[in-house]
Amino acid sequence: MHLVETFHEGPWSITAVVGELDVVGGPELRQHVMAQVGEGSSRLVLDLSGVDFIDSFGLGVIVGALKRTRLLDGDLRVVVPAPRIRRVFEVCDLDRVFKLHKTVQEAVSTQ
Amino acid sequence: MTVRPYEPMTPGQDLPAAPRHKSPDSAAVYTGEVVLEIPAQMEFVSLVRLVVSGAAQLHPYFESERVEDLRVAVSEATTNAIRSHEGVDSAAQIQLTCNVTEEQIEVTVRDHGKGFDPDALPNLPDPDSPERLLHESGMGLRLMRMLADETEIRPSSSGTCVRLVFYGSKRRRAALGG
Repeated sequence: MHLVETFHEGPWSITAVVGELDVVGGPELRQHVMAQVGEGSSRLVLDLSGVDFIDSFGLGVIVGALKRTRLLDGDLRVVVPAPRIRRVFEVCDLDRVFKLHKTVQEAVSTQ
Repeated sequence: MTVRPYEPMTPGQDLPAAPRHKSPDSAAVYTGEVVLEIPAQMEFVSLVRLVVSGAAQLHPYFESERVEDLRVAVSEATTNAIRSHEGVDSAAQIQLTCNVTEEQIEVTVRDHGKGFDPDALPNLPDPDSPERLLHESGMGLRLMRMLADETEIRPSSSGTCVRLVFYGSKRRRAALGG
């Protein structure tokens, strides 16, 4: 797994995740989110369009990211266009915890 | 065979779709058992995913979505197995068997770790509850149970054996009376 450079659109900090978001790659994303929140960014978008596998550890990192942004009155939006990755979120009912978006544009423009 | 010129891929780009030759009514089912042993290190989980999904892709009654279910569930079982070896002074390997029959694929993951009681794990709070955000773990077992058709966890003093069974579409259709 690797992270593609974060860019900003309005109040949102957008990071693309590429590869396998699992127990091996997940810690790097957790560190990245913690660093961003530590720098005061509380509105994050994680673009998982390039993720080809996610496990429960990866899901846990995203739940933790939402918790950290909410503590700063911020929010986390997740872009998951691929049905097979979306299904893993749905099996764990996480589509009820945060809305899953199909594009970055949709994520940053939704009120 | 047609040879296409090499086209470099950009990060995040989907792999080109593999040719699918599945015609369930006529295709042969390659049955047998695949056995794999891995060191108790997380870096080997991706190898396990590769092997079991490769075996499932050969099966004419496993469509791509079902292969994906198997890949996720077996990955979770393997991760748990490796985690159970943490803090245990043992060089023992994790053993996996993938038994392919016409009707199903049965995967067993056996570790030599500390063992755990699946019934002792707390239930996750309701997704609508703010308490849900306090739980970053505890989803692996749910994924296994929801994605496999049969899940059996047998803890013992010498480790845990997890058995996951995935039915092929032919058996699933028969079960539905179709």
